[in-house]
Amino acid sequence: MEELNALIEVTAEVLSEVALSADEYQLIVEKLGRAPNAVELGIFGAMWSEHCGYKNSRPLLRLFPTTGPRVAQGPGENAGAVDIGDGLVAVFKIESHNHPSAVEPYEGAATGVGGIVRDIFTMGARPIAILDSLRFGPLTEARNRYLYHGVVGGVGGYGNCLGIPNLAGDIFFDPAYSGNPLVNAMCVGIAARDDLMRAKASGVGNLVLLVGADTGRDGIHGATFASVDDPEKSHRGVVQVGNPFLEKLLLEACLEVLQTEHVVAMQDLGAAGLTSSAVECASRGEVGIEIDVALVSRRESGMSAYEVMLSESQERMLVVVTQEGLDEVRAVFDRWSLHSDVIGRVTADGLIRVLDDGHLAAEIPATLLTDECPTYTREGVESPATVELRAFDPHVLPDLGVGDAPSPHDALLRLLASPNIASRTPVTRTYDSTIMTNTVIGPGQGDAGVVRIKGTERGLAMKTDCNPRYCFLDPYLGGLHAIAEAARNIACVGGEIVAITNCLNFGNPERREIYFQLKRAIEGIAAGCRAFDAPVISGNVSLYNQSGSAAILPTPTIGAVGILDDVRLHARSAFRDGRTVFLIGSLGSTLGGSEYLAHIQGRTAGSPPSIDVDLERAVQEMTRRAIRQQFVVAAHDCSDGGIAIALAESCIGGKVGGRFDLSSISAHNDDRVDQTLFGEAASRVLLQAEIGREGEIEALCAESNVPIVKLGKTSGSTFALERILEVSLSAIEDAWSSTMV
Amino acid sequence: MRFAVITFPGSNGDHDALKAIELGLKQPVESVWYRETDLTGFDCVLIPGGFSYGDYLRAGAIARFAPIMDAVAEFADAGGPVLGMCNGFQVLTEAGLLPGALLPNGSLQFRSQWVTVRVERSDTPWTSRIDDGAVLKLPIAHGGGRYFADPETLSRLEENGQVIFRYTDSNGNLDPDANPNGSANAIAGICNERRNVVGLMPHPERAFDSLIGSDDGLQVLNSVLGVDNKVVAGR
Repeated sequence: MEELNALIEVTAEVLSEVALSADEYQLIVEKLGRAPNAVELGIFGAMWSEHCGYKNSRPLLRLFPTTGPRVAQGPGENAGAVDIGDGLVAVFKIESHNHPSAVEPYEGAATGVGGIVRDIFTMGARPIAILDSLRFGPLTEARNRYLYHGVVGGVGGYGNCLGIPNLAGDIFFDPAYSGNPLVNAMCVGIAARDDLMRAKASGVGNLVLLVGADTGRDGIHGATFASVDDPEKSHRGVVQVGNPFLEKLLLEACLEVLQTEHVVAMQDLGAAGLTSSAVECASRGEVGIEIDVALVSRRESGMSAYEVMLSESQERMLVVVTQEGLDEVRAVFDRWSLHSDVIGRVTADGLIRVLDDGHLAAEIPATLLTDECPTYTREGVESPATVELRAFDPHVLPDLGVGDAPSPHDALLRLLASPNIASRTPVTRTYDSTIMTNTVIGPGQGDAGVVRIKGTERGLAMKTDCNPRYCFLDPYLGGLHAIAEAARNIACVGGEIVAITNCLNFGNPERREIYFQLKRAIEGIAAGCRAFDAPVISGNVSLYNQSGSAAILPTPTIGAVGILDDVRLHARSAFRDGRTVFLIGSLGSTLGGSEYLAHIQGRTAGSPPSIDVDLERAVQEMTRRAIRQQFVVAAHDCSDGGIAIALAESCIGGKVGGRFDLSSISAHNDDRVDQTLFGEAASRVLLQAEIGREGEIEALCAESNVPIVKLGKTSGSTFALERILEVSLSAIEDAWSSTMV
Repeated sequence: MRFAVITFPGSNGDHDALKAIELGLKQPVESVWYRETDLTGFDCVLIPGGFSYGDYLRAGAIARFAPIMDAVAEFADAGGPVLGMCNGFQVLTEAGLLPGALLPNGSLQFRSQWVTVRVERSDTPWTSRIDDGAVLKLPIAHGGGRYFADPETLSRLEENGQVIFRYTDSNGNLDPDANPNGSANAIAGICNERRNVVGLMPHPERAFDSLIGSDDGLQVLNSVLGVDNKVVAGR
């Protein structure tokens, strides 16, 4: 123990460096029975950070339902897994890379993709799709344009090289993200259920192998960096640089070694590098791990034990192998030209022991770093300003065509050009979406991405969703909306949601109004999980997303996965010529929290739409049935921008005009034109009937008590809302296509 | 007919090529590791897409030195049918088995989209079962697919009928908007003088099933089945 007594003076500065409070330091001394040395303090700082330790969110995360008949792996592993039939599981997770992307957008986003893909193949699953959910400030500001182009470039650059299709992300702009963009990357993989690997070390004497990239000084303190305010100010130079080529080799090699019988556990090196991977592996397996940092291949000389343990160099993997299997496993890595160093072994004592060329550098019980990380249950109080904003009544504003308000025609064109509605093609065409030859519905073709699963009849549908304005105005309802919309999007392609992952992006939880948002959003999502029978199987929390005093909009991103039993029976969102269009579900709506109010009236205010969970479920079920029975040729959710925007989008997609009459829903919308056209609501779907199947759709609706109205028919090259507006198809297409760059 | 699919470090279209042959064409196919040096026993060779060696330095520039490339050159010299798709096309130009070069797209961005290409000549093993002028719907996914050659080479290619695929609209008409990367003469694919080596930027191996958007790529892959090996000169 003497070697550990290289005591450091614990000043406020030292604690700030590792982002621990004085109380937490005292707790460490108490639990350890002595003062930690510098290496140990760094390890505690990383493991007790919000990013690794979830100290502010863990008590709240327990509110999520995480079990169900399909769940093969719930939260706590590198990723969750659900049974999808045919002996297969879908393995997926979403994770944030917000702080690195705010500083160096290309590499921040690229390594975000790299990290989440590693989480999936670590589980023994072949990654089959990437989705990314992005949030930026307005592109009218040069800094935001720089971040946007960098992030989009990084997502594409990394994913394209790996050869994984990018299927269905979402992008949203709001001034609240100006100093703090969000980059949430999701990956979905497929594995045989019996082949699932876990990151649970076991077998005393088994060897710990570090594989992949050499270790450098990049990214030291990334985990703590992600857990403090204002990353740009204080932490330049901690961002990692990605090498997707190396990751591709690592992916193939890891999947290959998992086919041998010699791998006991596998854990990727992400935030807090070797420290967290070794600690988590040992803690899950209730064993100890001893590592000698002198055995780690480095890309620069003179690195201390502290630096090696906390480096976040990318494209590295920790693999626990049996002694007998070592040669065979290393031969596979050699074949893929990858380094593999034996850096330690599994021990029985439950300790994380770090040696530096044989000299003891740190020794901490593994569970002290994980299970005994302090958690904080705080008191949340809603901000009075939010209460006031929510009380705003949009009806005080003049209706379209009255006073200062624009005409319906101008409002439609302006909304189609809104950055939150406009065509995503300029982004999605830079992402490979056809590789792996599974893509049935690619980006922009439907409300969710759909891939087939070769060798089966099935398909998987997937989508990320979150309306941050709803979450800001009413976090509970916003959380519920996020999952309802994700489930609805999956229903609109013909799938049924089976599980979700989530990425909870919020401001500083130590502020009461932020903690309130976090807690209420989690409660809303938990209610949604129960309502749609979709447990949370994995996720990630990103707090402290703020610059100065301004926090982001609360953004609990939902990544949903659903199943199509027969992938041939799917629907896209583009209308076809000469067919009838119906609206099913809620006929009424509200302008509260709407894109119309934000973009045209410049207000984020009002109460977001309510959700009738029973109606929502019925609408989704009815949509799915109509698709499976091939009664419909197109289905499209009405979300941002309301019915008028949804109709326009489906017409643009199908390159066909149409005449639609909204008078039958006008009374449900207070007889206001703005609300009828652009009001938003949950539980609303546009269905276009196959010729001759109109009656069957109406009968299905009657059977399930789902309201239905006939809106009109597609034809020609004019987009008309009867007695309200008439515009050429090319004009709406131009408006929709010209915003994004 | 026995197909070989070369896998370099960083290839990511090898799996698709294997599946297209196995599921689409229902022919025997094997993956061949880049360190191999022998292609004996194979009837044709596919060089797949991806980012061989990370596309570091320049797409295809390092792959041309891989051990298997000598065997590919010998196979081509003997008249064997070789098809390079996307990165495979880039590798073939870098290796000197096809003329010209592939530069960064005119947009300077990666482009992933469906395109239509017109088949200019059916007198190659990879187009033998397609009518001249037929239009195929295929996906592209590349950052460096702008075909370039010096003016003399370009005219020689045109005179010799070595331009095999050209970007057109869906009716087979030339249209600058249909050229996704700014390729010279809207060239999407070419062959060597002997006509047995063909390279193209679009992905026929990703278009083998209408469920995933198109099965037009099968016409390309299927064509080689109609080739009598003895007819391919020199074999």
